[in-house]
Amino acid sequence: MNIQEYQNVFVLAEQRDGVLQSVALELLGKGREIADTTKSKLVAVLVGHQIESLVNDLIAHGADHVIYVDDPCLAHYTTEPYAQAIYPILADKKPNIVLIGATSIGRDLAPRLAAKLHTGLTADCTRLSVDEAGALLMTRPAFGGNLMAGILCPNHRPQMSTVRPGVMRKLVRDDARKGSKEIYKIKFNTSRFLVEVVEEIKETKAKVRIEDAKILVSGGRGVGKENMPMLEALAKELKGTVSASRAVVDAGLIDHDRQVGQTGKTVRPDVYFALGISGAIQHIAGMEESEFIIAVNKDKYAPIFAIADLGIVGDVRKIVPLLTEEIRQLRKK
Amino acid sequence: MKNIIVCVKQVPDTTEIRLDPVKGTLIREGVPSIMNPDDKAGLEAALRLKDQLGSTITVITMGPPQADEVLKEALAMGADRAILLTDMKFAGADTLATATALAGAVRKLDYDLVITGRQAIDGDTAQVGPEMAEFLDLPQISYTAGIVAQKDGSFLVDRKVEDRIYRLKVRTPFLVTVLAEGYQPRYMHVAKLLEAYREPKIEKWTAADLDVDPANLGLKGSPTKVNESYSKALKSEGKVYELDPAEAAKLIAEKLHEKYVL
Repeated sequence: MNIQEYQNVFVLAEQRDGVLQSVALELLGKGREIADTTKSKLVAVLVGHQIESLVNDLIAHGADHVIYVDDPCLAHYTTEPYAQAIYPILADKKPNIVLIGATSIGRDLAPRLAAKLHTGLTADCTRLSVDEAGALLMTRPAFGGNLMAGILCPNHRPQMSTVRPGVMRKLVRDDARKGSKEIYKIKFNTSRFLVEVVEEIKETKAKVRIEDAKILVSGGRGVGKENMPMLEALAKELKGTVSASRAVVDAGLIDHDRQVGQTGKTVRPDVYFALGISGAIQHIAGMEESEFIIAVNKDKYAPIFAIADLGIVGDVRKIVPLLTEEIRQLRKK
Repeated sequence: MKNIIVCVKQVPDTTEIRLDPVKGTLIREGVPSIMNPDDKAGLEAALRLKDQLGSTITVITMGPPQADEVLKEALAMGADRAILLTDMKFAGADTLATATALAGAVRKLDYDLVITGRQAIDGDTAQVGPEMAEFLDLPQISYTAGIVAQKDGSFLVDRKVEDRIYRLKVRTPFLVTVLAEGYQPRYMHVAKLLEAYREPKIEKWTAADLDVDPANLGLKGSPTKVNESYSKALKSEGKVYELDPAEAAKLIAEKLHEKYVL
């Protein structure tokens, strides 16, 4: 492998039902920075059906060039058609770096592509930095978020990384930005399409997106089953949203989509309440960027206090109802 | 569905890992080793198919000699055969080299279905299953929450992702990666437990037993290298107060007021 042949930064731009996913634009933001540092081009790869209208969005968010594949077999995500569409592009264009969103699609597709290319893939990165020679340092949490590991892929190309949604920053949309586009024709081998979508069941209940909340009231092991309504009441008074640590999700007290942390979501609200959360690093990994952190915990040595802007040593079950009432009174004034 | 292969991993229980508050390092002593939860759910998925279809289940793990503990547990839960891949040549493998070794072992066996967990709690990568599927040239379904046998010999597999469930139809052979939330694992059988621990029928395979180029195994066969690792430095700018509940509530409300939240 001649590493010098591998140039440019590629972003696999994920879309679902013809809607670009936020993480695609976040990756373009980071990709732009990496491409500028390495004096190379930022290329977005877009595959799907009837998606040409998205090309300009990718350029406006930082792409120099967009390669796209449009085919009815790509309307819904399944592994094989998507791999058949993207692998030839990567093999042909020889990118130095490929960034993919660490979503259920990206985490399914990226390892399949990495194995085809026989190269390294680093999962769920939270930080990326590059030197001028184009070597990518990929930093990710390991051991349930207890440890950060910086990973290199020295002798194989492309250097591939999936990146957690919500971590990188999008560029502000700029429609004056110029870029080129290229349609890529794929001759699909449909005899290898062995997985058929029989039914697609979309979740009907309104989706709670804790990553969009301005105020999060987050409960941990110290809250207990019978006290979950207490968090709801506080959140309601603050017009906030309830979220939780892994312990609470594992106990089945709340849906997984409200979990903050390494195996849940990364959030950065204006105010984050950590109530009865001790602050295992796996949790902190998902909320430390919050603007203002208020922690309440019985254990004065709880690690959460190390990152809290305001820490209270005390019993959540006693303090939360009083706080809710206090806020109610203040609102009346 | 005659033969099912389940890949499992022995992992430290990461929920039990604590940071030394003074040194800021991981405290690894006394952390129990467990069968990775998603893998255990994968084994349960295989056992349910066995209950219904009479399949034979082979469990494989790669790890140090003491990783045979998870194989004993798997046998006691109802697996039929257990293989331990253990060799210094496997050590230090990243996901690609791990998938190379496991796929090499699977290739030596008969199979209709290969099951892995979605991801392991010590690495959280979710990469080994799909990489194995590529090496074995199998269709893959990750994030599997259910597998149902159909009368025509096909299978309906539920793939559960962020905002929807895909119901997929597939024929054997195929590979799935299973979510812990899809399958509550059964307990070990007492009779099988005694048998598994008294006379464990665990086969040990080394790199020489696989038809795999040793250059693709272990640290040497790993494209990714860990350059540095560190526990996160925790910064504190805030204050911690010990107050009675009413005072605490007042203080928090005041701070919220200052921050224009109220």
